[in-house]
Amino acid sequence: MNSRLFAATAALALLAATGLARAEGALNIYNWGNYTNPDVIKKFEEKYKVKVTITDYDSNDTALAKVRQGGSGFDIVVPSQTHLPIWIQEGLLLETNPGGMENFKNIAPEWANPDFDPGRKYSVPWAWGTVGVVVNTDVYKGDINTWDIVFKTPDELKGKVNVVPEMKDVMTAAIRYVGGEQCTADKEVLKKVRDLLTAAKPNWIAMEYGAVDKMGAGDFKASSTWNGAGLRIRLAHPEVHYGYPKEGFTYWSDNVVVLKDAKNAENAKLFQNFIMDPEVAAGLSAYHRYANGVAGSEKFMPAEMRDAPEIVVPAEAKPHGTMALMCSEEADTLYKKIWTELRK
Amino acid sequence: MATAEEIARAADRRDIRNRWYLSAPALLTIFFAAVGPLAIVLVYSFLTPGSYGDVKWQFSPEAWVSVLFERDIFDDTLSLAGAHISIFWRSVKLAIITTLITLALGFPTAYFMATRSEKTRDLWLFLITIPFWTNLLIRTFAVLQIIRNEGIVNTVLMKLGIVSAPIQILYTDVAILIGMAYVYLPLMVLPVYASMEKLDFRLVEAGYDLYASRWQVLRRIIFPLVKPGVIAGSILVFIPAIGAYVTPSVLGGGKNMMLSNLIELQFGQGRNWPLGSALSITVMLIVMVALLVYVRNAGSQEVRHG
Repeated sequence: MNSRLFAATAALALLAATGLARAEGALNIYNWGNYTNPDVIKKFEEKYKVKVTITDYDSNDTALAKVRQGGSGFDIVVPSQTHLPIWIQEGLLLETNPGGMENFKNIAPEWANPDFDPGRKYSVPWAWGTVGVVVNTDVYKGDINTWDIVFKTPDELKGKVNVVPEMKDVMTAAIRYVGGEQCTADKEVLKKVRDLLTAAKPNWIAMEYGAVDKMGAGDFKASSTWNGAGLRIRLAHPEVHYGYPKEGFTYWSDNVVVLKDAKNAENAKLFQNFIMDPEVAAGLSAYHRYANGVAGSEKFMPAEMRDAPEIVVPAEAKPHGTMALMCSEEADTLYKKIWTELRK
Repeated sequence: MATAEEIARAADRRDIRNRWYLSAPALLTIFFAAVGPLAIVLVYSFLTPGSYGDVKWQFSPEAWVSVLFERDIFDDTLSLAGAHISIFWRSVKLAIITTLITLALGFPTAYFMATRSEKTRDLWLFLITIPFWTNLLIRTFAVLQIIRNEGIVNTVLMKLGIVSAPIQILYTDVAILIGMAYVYLPLMVLPVYASMEKLDFRLVEAGYDLYASRWQVLRRIIFPLVKPGVIAGSILVFIPAIGAYVTPSVLGGGKNMMLSNLIELQFGQGRNWPLGSALSITVMLIVMVALLVYVRNAGSQEVRHG
């Protein structure tokens, strides 16, 4: 009832805001950079006669900070599962109830009722993936399914390893490596983590995001990174392979949500439903190079993705994976101190 | 009498009012573009960090304390914040070295330009300003292409057989210094050139006539006369260098943070806006101290040469 009232108000507000000048309707998407397939957007625009505008962000924190100030003008945001519960708690999202949408039947069972959005009341899966390592196997022939690459770098890779500076990813990997639990605030464990990181750092060449380009150009011979990046690199450089660290790797998932103050809430809902179509989801994957959580989209994907080891998690790796969580403030504060100490 | 006085007073008032009106645009600009934002930064530095970024409106000096001090996470003792201090020191050190490099390269360049004929001087000046037409980020990536392992420098050195493996320049302090010196060089050349152009070269000739050596002429005649330009150039280079973000991020590899990266961390993954604000103000204080030192030195020099 309440939400229907809200939808009606939102629709009125939409009319008032867009007026007659933009009778065709609009949709403003706020998403991670280099993540949205322009061809899919074009299809959506043609199908629903909507003009789509895309704005980029580079981190969950940036997106949250900007939207929370109010008046962002965006309709759709794509936060990660770590941050999604905050968006919900802070009341920033419109309860669009994708679980009741027409295309919801296509969602893969393991993504239909996730912990970060029980019953899928707000979000639709956009992409999911893993955090692992890529290694140039011409340089290093040993086992690549291990965080040793980063934390106990083999001689062949010393001074050639990059670490993507995502504080949470690096901390989680290090904690799992020393045998701790994700998000732990146990100081005994964290002391080991600090010592591990401090000892590992001299073997790293850089802490940069641009692993795809730099692995390709040979500036790095190994790097911590995301699986989609691993696929992109391998397609251009077959000697580079992606490893699932056996000490523990993490899963992540980015999800499409609609903002409470969205001016084009109806179009945003159409978009949520639209991307749960297997063919459309496959189109998104073809561009961002990650799996999407829509069952049956595999057969529409480009051939090189369908059974790529970067996208389809191998059975032997599966037991080592866990979903990345948002940690307590206490733990976060400790992590940040170790992180600053590490990068001084 | 009374009326005349009144008229005069009214005129005065009108005059004052007009002055206010006329200066209003400037005052408003100063308020909205300089004082206002700074005041917000200052206020934020005294608040409590919000749970997921942003701030809670609750007074707390914690941010300022943690600029310089930290509580050890393992034994809980309060000590100097070693990490922050070494990041500060790195930034100041690299900014000073950058200033010295640009001075060493910029001074002869400016001298060369100033001693050309009037006509060609404009051409040289024009050439110096060309890099300003290109975006800073693009210039930095150009430097990256040149110094990376498979870049121009290493390829040429290896083809010539001078080195057998590429020299690791990228992701070192040397790379940051190359990038910053390149980017900020024009900021040194232009003010030094402006001083040099006004230099009366008859004084140089007089120096030679009095048997001064080249080095003496440079040190005792040219340098004192162009000193204001050198100081202006050093300030113009030092200030952006200490807060540089793009160049250290792209060329330095991010293993060791600089001030700008540390501040960025607080507003991003670190989610501690008050600390970020306090650090920003600290940078301004460092710049201010540097300026005061320069100005005082410049002032006393002038008195001596009076």
